[in-house]
Amino acid sequence: MNDRFHLLLPSASSLSGRIDALWWTMVLLCSAVAIGVFIMMWVFCIRYRKGKQIDRTLSRGTTPIELTWTLVPLVIFIGVFGWSLFLYAREKTPPADAQTIYVVAKQWMWKVQHPNGTREINQLHVPLDTPIRLTMTSQDVIHSFYVPAFRVKQDVLPGRYTQLWFEATQLGSFPLFCTQYCGLDHSRMGGQVTVMRPEDYARWLRGTGGNATLAARGAALFRSLGCSGCHGANASVHAPDLDGLYGRTVHLSDGSSVLADDVYLRDSILLPGKQVVAGFALIMPSFQGQVSEDDLLALIAYLKSTGPRTGDPGPRKATAILPASESTKNGRH
Amino acid sequence: MVAIDADTHIDTAPRNFLNCETGLWSWLTTHDHKRIGILYAIGITFFFFLGGAAATLIRLHLVTPNGAVLDAETYNKAFTFHGVVMVWFFLIPSIPATLGNFLLPLMIGARDVAFPKLNLASWYLYIIGGLFTICALLMGGVDTGWTFYTPFSTMFSNSNVFLVIVGVFVTGFSTIFTGLNFIVTIHNLRMPGMKWFKLPLFVWAMYAVSIVMVLATPVLAMTLALIGLERGLGVGVFDPALGGDPLLFQHLFWFYSHPAVYIMILPAMGVVSEIIPCFAKRDIFGYRFMVYALVAIAVIGFLVWGHHMFVAGMSVYAGLVFSILSFLVAVPSAIKVFNWTATLHKGAITFEAPMLYALGFVGLFMLGGLTGLMLAAPALDVPLHDTYFVIAHFHYVMVGGSVMAYLGGIHYWWPKITGKLYNEALAKFSAILMFCGFNLTFFPQYVLGYEGMPRRYAHYAPQFQVLNVLSSAGASILALSYLLPLAYLGWSLFRGAAAGNNPWDARGLEWQTTSPPPTENFFKPPVVQDAYAYDQPAP
Amino acid sequence: MNASVNEIESLRDRGLLEKQFDDPVQQREAATLGMWVFLSTEILFFGVLFASYTICRILYPHGFAYASRETDFLLGTIETGVLLTSSSLIALGVRAIKLDQRALAAWLLAGTAALGVTFLVMHGFEYHKEWTEHLIPGLNFARGGPYARAIELFFCLYYFITGFHSLHVLAGVCVIGGLAIRVARGAFGPERFTTLELAALYWHLVDIVWIFVYPLIYLVGRAG
Repeated sequence: MNDRFHLLLPSASSLSGRIDALWWTMVLLCSAVAIGVFIMMWVFCIRYRKGKQIDRTLSRGTTPIELTWTLVPLVIFIGVFGWSLFLYAREKTPPADAQTIYVVAKQWMWKVQHPNGTREINQLHVPLDTPIRLTMTSQDVIHSFYVPAFRVKQDVLPGRYTQLWFEATQLGSFPLFCTQYCGLDHSRMGGQVTVMRPEDYARWLRGTGGNATLAARGAALFRSLGCSGCHGANASVHAPDLDGLYGRTVHLSDGSSVLADDVYLRDSILLPGKQVVAGFALIMPSFQGQVSEDDLLALIAYLKSTGPRTGDPGPRKATAILPASESTKNGRH
Repeated sequence: MVAIDADTHIDTAPRNFLNCETGLWSWLTTHDHKRIGILYAIGITFFFFLGGAAATLIRLHLVTPNGAVLDAETYNKAFTFHGVVMVWFFLIPSIPATLGNFLLPLMIGARDVAFPKLNLASWYLYIIGGLFTICALLMGGVDTGWTFYTPFSTMFSNSNVFLVIVGVFVTGFSTIFTGLNFIVTIHNLRMPGMKWFKLPLFVWAMYAVSIVMVLATPVLAMTLALIGLERGLGVGVFDPALGGDPLLFQHLFWFYSHPAVYIMILPAMGVVSEIIPCFAKRDIFGYRFMVYALVAIAVIGFLVWGHHMFVAGMSVYAGLVFSILSFLVAVPSAIKVFNWTATLHKGAITFEAPMLYALGFVGLFMLGGLTGLMLAAPALDVPLHDTYFVIAHFHYVMVGGSVMAYLGGIHYWWPKITGKLYNEALAKFSAILMFCGFNLTFFPQYVLGYEGMPRRYAHYAPQFQVLNVLSSAGASILALSYLLPLAYLGWSLFRGAAAGNNPWDARGLEWQTTSPPPTENFFKPPVVQDAYAYDQPAP
Repeated sequence: MNASVNEIESLRDRGLLEKQFDDPVQQREAATLGMWVFLSTEILFFGVLFASYTICRILYPHGFAYASRETDFLLGTIETGVLLTSSSLIALGVRAIKLDQRALAAWLLAGTAALGVTFLVMHGFEYHKEWTEHLIPGLNFARGGPYARAIELFFCLYYFITGFHSLHVLAGVCVIGGLAIRVARGAFGPERFTTLELAALYWHLVDIVWIFVYPLIYLVGRAG
C-alpha cells in the first residue's frame, strides 16, 4: 500500500516518468545554480573580508559579463519552456481511444460514474495500461482532482466540464486528494484510485454494474423529463433532431458554428437561450435546478450513444431511439 | 538654537523630529513623513504578530495528522486570517510605508513627500481597514482563504466575508495614495543635482513599486466590490449557477495579486541594494542593469497572472503564453542575484546584522525564485499546484525574502531613525537563528509538496507527519527569532548608545544629517554624490 | 518664472506655497502629476468594470442586446449631451480665469456643476423608471424567459457602472460648485488656477468614462 512515506513518489502513469525527468532535471539545474551562487558568496565573503590584504582594484567594463549572465539564463529558460511545452500538450490531449469515466464532485465527496452504470464514492477503479479520460464537474464549488502518483491534477468547476486523462502503468491503490480549498471538510475529501488488470477490472465492472448503464439511465430521464416530447421522432413541436448529434457541428442562429460536445449539450439543457440552433425559435425551457449533475451526465451519455453520424442536421429522420408508441404517449409538454 | 553642522556628534541632536513636539495628538495629526513612517511601523508590527499568532496555531495544529489543536472550521479560518493579515496588512505596506515613507525624502534631499496630508490620510485608511478586519475576526472570522475563490466565497461561505472585503478595500486606497505620493515625490522633489541615475536603488525600487501599486490595486478594489455585490444581491457575475463565470473572478483576482507579490519583493530588493554596498564598502555591481531589472520586473509582472491558473480550466494556449512570460520575469531577478553576489567581489566586507539579513535574503530569495521557475513550467505545475510546494515557494520569497529584507532595513536604518545603537551581538544571533529556523520550517514543505500533500488541509495523510513535525519545530525557532528583535530593539530605545550621524560609514543623503533627523530633514543642504560612492570619502 | 527668496517666503507666509516645495512651479507640476496618476487609477477602476461587462457580453450576446433595449435611450442620449456640454463649459471656465475674466469663469463653473446636477437628476429618473419596471437585481427583479439571467447580469453591471460613475459625478459637482463660489470671491486668478485645472482634468475623465458607458450600455441592442 502507499500509505508509508517514500522519498520518491511512485511513478504510476504513462507520463509520470517524463514529468519526473523534467522535475529532476530542474532540481539538478536549480541546485547547481544555487550551490554555485552560495559558493561564490562564501568565497567572496571570506576572501574579501575587511582587514584581509588583497588586491581590490576594480575592473572596468562589467557589461560583457552582465550580458552573459542575462542571455545564458534566458536561453536555458526557453529550453526548459520548450520541453515543458511538449509535455504539457501531451498531458492535455487525451488519446482518441480513451475510455470516459464521469466524476461529479460535491462538498465533500467524489462521485464516480462508469458508463456501464457502476457508481463509486471516493473510489475510482481503472484498468491497467488503458487511457482513461475523466469528464468532471462540480455540484457546488470549485474542487480539484489530484492523484500524486499519476502526476495529474485538474480543477473541477461548477457549471462546466473539465477533463483530465491518464494511463495507469502500475497496479495498486494510489491516494486521491481534493486540492482546491472547498470548505469545511476539504481535507477529508479524498480517496483511492485502484488500478486493476483489465480482466479483473471487467469482472469487477460486471459485478458492480447494477441494472442500467449510464446511457440507459439517461434514456429513461430523456423520457421522464419530457425531452422526447419535443425532440422525439413524432413530436409535433419543431425542435432540433438529437440523433447522432454528439460530435457534429451545429450552425447557430447568429451565424456561428459550434461543436456539439459535452459542454454544448449541458448548456443547451440548462441555458437554452445561450446558443440557439439556426432555423429554430427559442421555445425550449431551461431545466436549471431540475436536473442534477449526475443526471446531466447520464443524459449526455445517452445522447452520445445515439450516434455519431456524418452530415448536417436535416429534417427529422424516422430513426427514433424509442418505439413510436412511447414517444406519442408523452405528447407535448 | 544650538549651531549644528553635519559633523556634529552629540548624543541625540537637540532638536529632531522625535522631540520637536510631544503628545499623542501631535503624532496623530502629524504631516511629517518620518512620524508617519513610525506610525505605520507600529501598525505593521502589530499585524505581523497577529498574523504570526495565526501561523503559530496552524503549525501547532499540524503536528499530528488528525490535528489536535483546532477543529476544521477554525483551522480554515486560521489560514485565511493568516493570509489576509500577512498579505494586506503586513507585507504590502511593510517596507514602502515604513522605510519608504521615512527615507524617500531624505534620500533625494527633499523636506517631505509631495502630499503630506495625503500621506497621513493613507495611514488612517490603513488603520480603518485593519479595524474592519479585526472586527471580522472578533465576529467569528472568515473561512474562504485569502484568495476568496468563487463561488465558495460568494455563495457558500457563512462567514464574515463582507467585513473583510471592506477592510481590504479601504486599505487598498491607503496603498494607492502612498504609491501616488511616491511617484510625484520622486519626479518632482529631487534636490538639484540628484539626477535619475544618481538615485539610490532603494528610491528606484520605491518608484517601481509605486507604479505597480497605483495600477494594480484598483483592480483588486473593483473585484472585491463585485464579490460584495454578488454576495449581497445574489447576482451572478462569478457564480455559474446564476450564469456567471468563476474563472472570471480568478483572472481579475490574480491580475492584481500577481503584481501584488512584486509589490512585496521590489522594495526588499531596494533595501538589500543599499545594505550590501555599505558593508562590502564598494559600489553596487552593474547599477544600470539593476535599475532596468527593477523596471522590467514591475512591467512583466503584470503579464504573468495566469500562471496561478494552469489547472483552473484555462486553455492550453493561454497556459503556454503565461508560462513563457513567467520564465521571462525570472531573468531580471536572476540578474539581481548575480549582481548582489558580484558586489561582494573585491569588497572589504564586514558582517553586521543588516549584512547578515541581506546575505540571507539573497540566498533565500534565490531558492524561492528557482522553485518559482519550476512552477512556471505547466507540466511541472500540474502536479505541484495547490500543494505544499507552492506554500514553500512563496514563503521563501516572501518571508525568506521580504521579511528578512525588512528586518535588515530596520536594523540598518535604526540608528538613523532613533539615534540609538542596538545590541549587535544579539542582533547577529537573531539573524542567524532566523535563517536556520526559516529553512527548517519551510524546506521540508518543498518535499511535502512533491510528495503530494495538498495545501489548506486541516487533516493530512499519516505519511506526511514526519516532515510536518520538522516544519513545526522550525517554526518555533523562527518565532523566537522574531521576538528577539522586539526585545533588543525596544531595549535600545531606552539604553542604547548614541548612534551619531553615520555609524556604518555609509553613502547616501540620509547619512549626511543628524540621527534622528530634524523635522525639515537637513540642517544644511546635503552634498550629492554618485550613488554608492564608496570609493570617495563621506562628505 | 524664477521667484526670488523674498517672494518665496511671502508665498509661504500667505499659505500659497507648501513647505515641501521649493517654488510655485514645482508645486504646480507636482499637483498636476499627482492628478494624472490619480486619473490613471480611475481608469483602472473603471477598466475592471468594462472588462467584466465585455466578457459577460461575449458570453450572452442576445441577452445583453435584449436588456440594452430596456434602457432609456432618450434619457441616455440627453445625458451624454449634458455631460459633453458641461466639459466644454469647464474648459472655457479655466480659459476664462487665465484671461482674468473672473465673473465669466464663476458662471461657467457654476454652469458645469448645474449640468452635473441635471445629469444626476435625469439618471435618477432612469433608475426610478427601472424600479417601476422591476429591473433592479436583488431588490425587485422580476423578469423571466430564456434571457432572464443575462438581463439580470446586465442590469447588475449597469447599476454598478452607472452608480459608480454617478458617485464620481456627485463628487465633481460638489468640488466644482465649491470652486465656483471661491472663484466668485476672487480666490483664483491668472497667477493661481492650478486647482481649477486639476478639477477640470477630473471632470474630463468623468466625461470620458461616460463616453464609453453610453455606447456599451445604451446602444448595444439598438444598432440596425
